[in-house]
Amino acid sequence: MRALEPWVERPLQSFLAESAARLTLLMTASGQVVAQHGFSRSLDVMTAAALGAGIVASTEELARLMGGARFEALVHHGAHQSCLLSAFATPRGRWIGLVVFGPETSVGIVQLFFERMVGDLGAAAPREPVAAPALAEDFEHELNASLKALFGR
Amino acid sequence: MTPAAMVLDRVTRVPGVRGALLASAEDGLVVAEQLMDGVDGRAAAALTGALVGRLLRTAGAAGLEPPQFVHLRADGGSLLAAPAADGLVLIAVAGPEANIGLARLELLDAAGQLG
Repeated sequence: MRALEPWVERPLQSFLAESAARLTLLMTASGQVVAQHGFSRSLDVMTAAALGAGIVASTEELARLMGGARFEALVHHGAHQSCLLSAFATPRGRWIGLVVFGPETSVGIVQLFFERMVGDLGAAAPREPVAAPALAEDFEHELNASLKALFGR
Repeated sequence: MTPAAMVLDRVTRVPGVRGALLASAEDGLVVAEQLMDGVDGRAAAALTGALVGRLLRTAGAAGLEPPQFVHLRADGGSLLAAPAADGLVLIAVAGPEANIGLARLELLDAAGQLG
């Protein structure tokens, strides 16, 4: 498990221990990765983050078109593994969680401990102002630094 | 009243039972519930579903018959579960003062009716 910010580690570690999730990705609503567990390649993380953020944006727009509130979570059930995608509010803005899990756990367990992690993240988040978005000229440097932190190389 | 609601109503009539719910054992999701305030049905369904699912797999791997009734006793009360047909599990959350013997009979009979 790797996280860009240390205060994310304990809630995420607790979630991983309780839920038995295979892969977990926490990202901002724009797809910037905050923490990851289980991914072995930076390319996979970037692709999953971009796709996850895109799916959440699409479903939120669908909900808006139907005149309803946001969907709380989206679950894809698979024969060998399933996927939970859920957006949630944090003191650092809106984040998205993407969790891949297998038959060794259940969607009920994953959802239960995901909600607890969201609460723990809300309690653990520093109350200082959110940093300004990276400028375009710094983007590549910021991205490389984030990937290095997430994969340790 | 639906068959599920009738079954839950019957189980919750047992003195000391604080709630009953029908959950999917594989998913750990609530199918129907009848709970007192303060009883977290989603947590009960998720955790009991996982427990019953593992017990069923363990019994199968050991070449044993699947368990018909699960009683998890704690200081603050008991969790009772009876696997039913179609991958469902009937769960009762009971306080320490509950008549567990009667609750067990009702749960087993109700789980049989669901099949």
